[in-house]
Amino acid sequence: MRKMNLVIVGGGPAGLAAAKAAYDCGERDILILEREAELGGILNQCIHNGFGLHTFKEELTGPEYAQRYIDQVVERGIEYRVNATVIDVSKDKVVTYVSAVDGLTQIQAKAIILACGCRERPRGGINIAGMRGAGVFSAGTAQKLVNIDGYMPGKECVILGSGDIGLIMARRMTFEGAKVKAVVELMPYSSGLNRNIVQCLNDFDIPLYFSHTVVDIKGKDRVTGVVVAPVDEKLAPIMDKAELIECDTLLLSVGLLPENELAKQGGVELSNVTGGAVVDENMMTNIDGVFECGNVLHVHDLVDFVSAESENAGKCAVAYINGLESCAEKIAINCTNGVRYCVPTQLNRDDNYQPLNFKMRVANVFKKVELAVFADGVKVFGKKRPVVAPGEMESINLTAEQVETLKKAQHIEITLIK
Amino acid sequence: MREMICINCPMGCRLTVDDSNLQDIKVTGNICPRGVIYAKNEITSPKRMVTGSVKVAGGNIAMVSVKTREAIPKHLIFDSLELLKDVVLQAPVHIGDVVIADVCGCGVDIIATKEITKA
Repeated sequence: MRKMNLVIVGGGPAGLAAAKAAYDCGERDILILEREAELGGILNQCIHNGFGLHTFKEELTGPEYAQRYIDQVVERGIEYRVNATVIDVSKDKVVTYVSAVDGLTQIQAKAIILACGCRERPRGGINIAGMRGAGVFSAGTAQKLVNIDGYMPGKECVILGSGDIGLIMARRMTFEGAKVKAVVELMPYSSGLNRNIVQCLNDFDIPLYFSHTVVDIKGKDRVTGVVVAPVDEKLAPIMDKAELIECDTLLLSVGLLPENELAKQGGVELSNVTGGAVVDENMMTNIDGVFECGNVLHVHDLVDFVSAESENAGKCAVAYINGLESCAEKIAINCTNGVRYCVPTQLNRDDNYQPLNFKMRVANVFKKVELAVFADGVKVFGKKRPVVAPGEMESINLTAEQVETLKKAQHIEITLIK
Repeated sequence: MREMICINCPMGCRLTVDDSNLQDIKVTGNICPRGVIYAKNEITSPKRMVTGSVKVAGGNIAMVSVKTREAIPKHLIFDSLELLKDVVLQAPVHIGDVVIADVCGCGVDIIATKEITKA
């Protein structure tokens, strides 16, 4: 069996950034495994602009952002395989992959970075009743059809869910000549970025219905319409107010799910809030030497943040390979009072007091709040925010002194002071 | 006074714009200078980036993604998209290759945003 220091599962933005950072920390024995035919991951189909302002200080499209990292990986001569699907990651860090070139191959790795991204929640994931006619797509599938394959999925469409992909696809379908009749959102707020509501819906007078959902899909062979109903405060549809919207296509943008099948096979402990692994500040999971970063860990708004997080994972994986002992005692980070989750999920009880970045999401829209970190009941950090929303990830930077205080505490809490 | 959301980047700054005097538009709420430029343009002559994809012959994939090099007047969005429909590029294509020069006479080129190799 081939032995390698570092195997990275996934050649999207997370895997590329992790590989680059690992190389720059001195590691040379790196392999990236990518199941698609080219590196770059989902960025290849995200042809809109808005990527890279943090990382490159300029505004790029998805394929341009991907190419910047692909170039850096290629320049460094980092080994990668495309059309290579990882089918198993074992607890003792044996990675098994299949590809037409290599056949079935096993590699014993010292460290593994899982950078496998996320998947879209499908129709079955939200149980929409109705007929099974053609014309129901996830928004990302439609995006791939239009932008990469050059096919239009339909002419008149309704989009369920106002996540970013749904909003971007509302504009994209409009650009390609389709009529987007409505975007329907179950919640009273959008989980997408405000800028996308402005430039993808408002610019083209596409109506956005909050607190509404699709309750029925019509059409035996092809979708002929969807029935849309308002929902009450318990999110239950009010059926006597339901209305038919005629359309031939329904796009679903109803959430992204970290793809952790491999992690589960490898015995990685998952968070039931994020769907990703429970990790410490080194992005290491409960399995020594197995790391997670990017959308497989938690779904990000900005690829720039994926890159930053993944560079940290790459750096920490190299420290582990070079003999850094993992810390046995972990301190949980408790999220309360409207903070839904925080990454990292826990801190190591060690004396490594480096500045840290925490990423978190809130559970609802709150105005005029303070995002605060407490150690044993004493406020260590506070940041006032005029508005926080579930669709916009919050980020805080802690100094080395603040990290030291947290690592010496018995109880860490991140909370919203209203 | 009006409220605006800056669309320059995913931060989506919430801007408050005092447009009582069009010669002296005052913007607050932005965290970078782009916000001021955006708000002023939005009131005087709104502009948008346009991104799309065009056919490519003989390449490893069927379509290549494109963008306007910078934002173009909002009213030219659909005219520029119409021009893209007829374009067929030959592989290879490189990032930055001009797809349509000076689109709709607005002085901005449409350029490729993806590397396409020969099939």
